[in-house]
Amino acid sequence: MADSEAPAKAVQVKLVLLGEAAVGKSSLVLRFVSNDFNENNSPTIGAAFLTQKCRLEDKVIKFEIWDTAGQERFHSLAPMYYRNAAAAVVVYDITKASSLEKAKAWVNELQRQANPNIVIALVGNKLDLITDGTVASTAAVANTQTETEAEPVIDGDGESAQDGQAASDDETSATQPETTTTSAAVSGESLRQVTREEAEAYAKEAGGLLFFEASAKTGKGVQELFTEIAKNLPIESMMPKTPGAGGAASGTAANRRAAAGQAGNGGPGNKVNLADGAANKARGGCC
Amino acid sequence: MDEEYDGTGLTECMLSGLLSVEGKKVLHMDREDYYGGASASLNLTQLYKKFRDSPAPESLGRDRDYAVDLIPKFILASGQFTQMLVKTDVTRYLEFKQIAGSYVLRDGKIAKVPSNEREAVTSSLMGFFEKNRARKFFMFLQGWKDGDPSTHQGIDMDKNTMTDIYKKFGLEAGTQDFIGHAMALHLDDSYKTKPARDTYDRIILYTSSMARYGKSPYIYPMYGLGELPQAFARLSAIYGGTYMLTKPIEKIVTDDEGKFVGVTSEGETVKAKMVIGDPSYFGAGSEEGQDGKIRVVEEKKVVRAICILKHPVPGTDDADSCQIIIPQNQVGRKNDIYIAAVSHAHAVCAPNVYVAIVSTIVETSVPEREILPGLQLLGTIVDKFVTIDSLYTPVSSGQQDNIFITRSYDATTHFETVAEDVADGKPLTLEKKELEVQT
Repeated sequence: MADSEAPAKAVQVKLVLLGEAAVGKSSLVLRFVSNDFNENNSPTIGAAFLTQKCRLEDKVIKFEIWDTAGQERFHSLAPMYYRNAAAAVVVYDITKASSLEKAKAWVNELQRQANPNIVIALVGNKLDLITDGTVASTAAVANTQTETEAEPVIDGDGESAQDGQAASDDETSATQPETTTTSAAVSGESLRQVTREEAEAYAKEAGGLLFFEASAKTGKGVQELFTEIAKNLPIESMMPKTPGAGGAASGTAANRRAAAGQAGNGGPGNKVNLADGAANKARGGCC
Repeated sequence: MDEEYDGTGLTECMLSGLLSVEGKKVLHMDREDYYGGASASLNLTQLYKKFRDSPAPESLGRDRDYAVDLIPKFILASGQFTQMLVKTDVTRYLEFKQIAGSYVLRDGKIAKVPSNEREAVTSSLMGFFEKNRARKFFMFLQGWKDGDPSTHQGIDMDKNTMTDIYKKFGLEAGTQDFIGHAMALHLDDSYKTKPARDTYDRIILYTSSMARYGKSPYIYPMYGLGELPQAFARLSAIYGGTYMLTKPIEKIVTDDEGKFVGVTSEGETVKAKMVIGDPSYFGAGSEEGQDGKIRVVEEKKVVRAICILKHPVPGTDDADSCQIIIPQNQVGRKNDIYIAAVSHAHAVCAPNVYVAIVSTIVETSVPEREILPGLQLLGTIVDKFVTIDSLYTPVSSGQQDNIFITRSYDATTHFETVAEDVADGKPLTLEKKELEVQT
């Protein structure tokens, strides 16, 4: 399946991480991208964004994952950060109630200011701190899924919040049958400050956010999270209009914007690509 | 802490970005809860709060569709500022669009600055014979080679004035206005009596910018100019810079000799080797200066009117954006009036809304009246926000006391002077050659 992969079909998707400092945003991405975990990860600096491909039926989704670069620490994350994002992963720490409040604030801001079609996933991280008993098996599952094949078909548009909600409800219960609800009684549960029910109810009520509990440390729920986001993206409207015209491969902001389903926002033709030098007279790398 | 910054204006963010990349430890604070300082772009709520202290009218549409610039500037496609964007790779966070046309007022009507041969031939800017003279003038400039006297036609760029060259080619006064103000982008006529070299360089910059993408020499970032400081702030953060918004600055702490020690905010003092900031953090607007020390002086004032329109600027063939320059001579002034208009095409306002900023350097005690010739070109104005801002300049270079103060954003229509200010702000820590990019 991977061999016949047509590069033109890779849809580039900007995905941003949001959430309070030290909830494990970077660790979730590290698990997703490298299937790795770093116990004492220092606060994030040094990476502009990471990319990871995710396979969905005959399409390849290339996540361009933006980390906060620590700018959330002093309330200084710029709106530019989530500009054109097609997906946002809003993370809280299930052992820290205040982090859910911060997550809610981010969801609010996204719903007010970001791309209206953005797919938002609310993620309660650090599940490992309360579910010691189930760690080994779930980690093994995660290991096998670097390029996930996702089966169920979803309609292409996926734009209404209700679609997202329906999907989120079904899939979370389908893909994570044996997670927290059953394992919640295991040791360490006393550390939990946010119940699954509370966060999930909020996710539903906030307009059908995808909802997961996960552990970057064990890998539990991480692959499912990104696969589920991929399934909920309005892929059809995000396909590059003119694949191979130089724009598709270059990873410019223009493509991200097209990928965010906003291609119609602005007249055609006079976008420019600075980096291409003076030879670039062909009206920039864009549609 | 190596450096400490006050204000997240573009100049400050560029500097903190560049210095973070070099490995300097940077702390950056701003009293506002948004990035950009005087060079920010505001959404509707912020805009109405700032100017009216009231909620925005519903008729203008959704908050998120708006990013209204406070200062009107475009980017010259081949300028030094563009090269800085490319070199620092912040272009990966930004997306640019062309400005659809540059216009100039001549004899009461606006005409497009020709962007190619065909437009030049059909342009209403000049009569037939004048076009011929102008063509010879431009061929002379394009053909000029410093080392080849046969291209000089008896002119010495470093001795002869622009007036000499205009005379040599017999150009009319109106054509001189067009060349000096709409192409060389001089703010007034003082250039005419100076050596021609500077004006020659400016015209070449303009024409090479024009040639790069066609239509106009300008490009503009999607979502407004406020994206620029944010992009540099992210660059800085990625290299370890720390950013704090909503941080009021209470005091600049100095030692007995007046040298910079630290900055006090919310009762805490952060120490650093040097501080860089915009004039508003260093006593701008106060008679006594800052703690009894005058650090910045007012040079001029600029009046700017941010105008919301529901139609394209008349006479621009429904262009989604434009610049209009009203040369001072054309309206009996000493300083040019500028109009910069952008629209939904640049993701700065709702569909079918246009935002035009009219600005000029204040010459009288009734600044708002001075921009009337510009306002009159816009047709019906739905809403208008007028500001009169002082332009401040630091009294010293900062070398002595390690307090480096940037200049206010000037009245020019582009960012080349900002690029210069960034180059100026770095002598202590950076080798200058890194910034002096060939154009």
